Amino acid sequence: MNWNWEVVSDFMPRFWDGVLLTLQALVLGSLLAFTLGLVWAIAQRSARAWIRVPVTAVTEFVRNTPLLVQLFFLFYVVPEWGPSMSPLATGVIGLGLHYSTYTAEVYRAGIDGVPRGQWEAATALSLPPTRTWGAVILPQAIRRVVPVLGNYVIAMLKDSPLIAIIGALEMLGEARAYGAETFRFLEPITVVGIAFIVIAYPASLLIRALERRLVR
Amino acid sequence: MTWALWESYMLPGVWITVQVTVYSAALAAAVAFVVGVARTSRLWIVRFLSGAYFEIFRGASALVFMFWLFFALPLALGWQLVPMWAGVLALGLTYGAYGSEVVRGALAAVSPAQREAGIALSFTRWQRLRRIELPQAWPEMVPPFNNLAIELLKGTALVSVISVADMTFAANLIRFTTNDSAPIYTLLLLMYFVLAFAITRGMRLVERKAKAGIGQAPPPRRGLFAGLSRRTSATDPVTGAATPGGAR
Repeated sequence: MNWNWEVVSDFMPRFWDGVLLTLQALVLGSLLAFTLGLVWAIAQRSARAWIRVPVTAVTEFVRNTPLLVQLFFLFYVVPEWGPSMSPLATGVIGLGLHYSTYTAEVYRAGIDGVPRGQWEAATALSLPPTRTWGAVILPQAIRRVVPVLGNYVIAMLKDSPLIAIIGALEMLGEARAYGAETFRFLEPITVVGIAFIVIAYPASLLIRALERRLVR
Repeated sequence: MTWALWESYMLPGVWITVQVTVYSAALAAAVAFVVGVARTSRLWIVRFLSGAYFEIFRGASALVFMFWLFFALPLALGWQLVPMWAGVLALGLTYGAYGSEVVRGALAAVSPAQREAGIALSFTRWQRLRRIELPQAWPEMVPPFNNLAIELLKGTALVSVISVADMTFAANLIRFTTNDSAPIYTLLLLMYFVLAFAITRGMRLVERKAKAGIGQAPPPRRGLFAGLSRRTSATDPVTGAATPGGAR
């Protein structure tokens, strides 16, 4: 055992840079996942088969294949046809897209939980579909699923080190780069590993508290 | 992509992926049952330790843990794990923690009258667990275990990062040699999807058998894709938390 505190303090400035990038990826990825997931959830309920079937098939496929390979696909294949993106942008799109297929299921459960009478009332008032969704169904559905969405933010946090593999310098990426320069891997990786637990545990306590509040 | 590349890189890679999945699933199942049962223990210290294990590994990132086992641990201890076993250990311990929540939840869902009947017949705690509680909790566990197994399969792609030559690693090698990334990664994604589908089909058989074993009706037949998508469990495979709308 050759733990050296000086290495830890030497790594700290880069660690904070990494934390910043992790949080950036997490916030942007979550926003994308929440928005896209809602789009998928509504599209999967569409009466038109040509919308419903492809969306269901694509979300199935994305959910059942590894995020890492999807990141490789976005990073190496997409630039052949279209714009080439920075590792962070690729990571945000990858995380957001992958987790949107999970949040779609969460929204679906929330929408299924809205009582039938609410749909019927909206029909009786002859509300247009936009108002039915925007003013009646979604406000009730989303309230119930906020804690579950929060759980997926934590899950996304734990998957965020994957973007280090395509070259984004988030926490693990910084630790890897630091290790490659100085041949000290023990301290940086241990610090990063503990950092994940330190961030994730209070966050999950918070979500449990939120769950008791919002879901009876 | 030529046949030679396919035969020399991809096929061994598929076999490694299958091996890593099977080994880490076996480890995860063992951990899940031990920790899950320990979390229902009467002794507070056992409950505390198993609860701490669950919270720590639920909060930890599997990839960071794998890196730690692969890069940091050898420096600390002076001996090194074979890359594949570092991967299996990291995946097994992490997914075992998620699985322990499934086991705990299913044991808690067994009707209290069953437990009381065991006490009335003066079964020991171990007999009660083995003869009464686990057999009835088992069918409840199968659907969430299916979801976890698919998450685990997806997680095995991570071992390519610590230089285990699985499918993803092979695909990267082929990309380096042929510089032709679109067909390779598309094929790779399809192969993972097929494996996930195979797992779901297998677990469906297990579920049918488990339900028949305690005299319940088999699960309803579903469409081609339905088995992959509908989360029929009360425990979320990714977050390990209770999901609303899950069947209990």
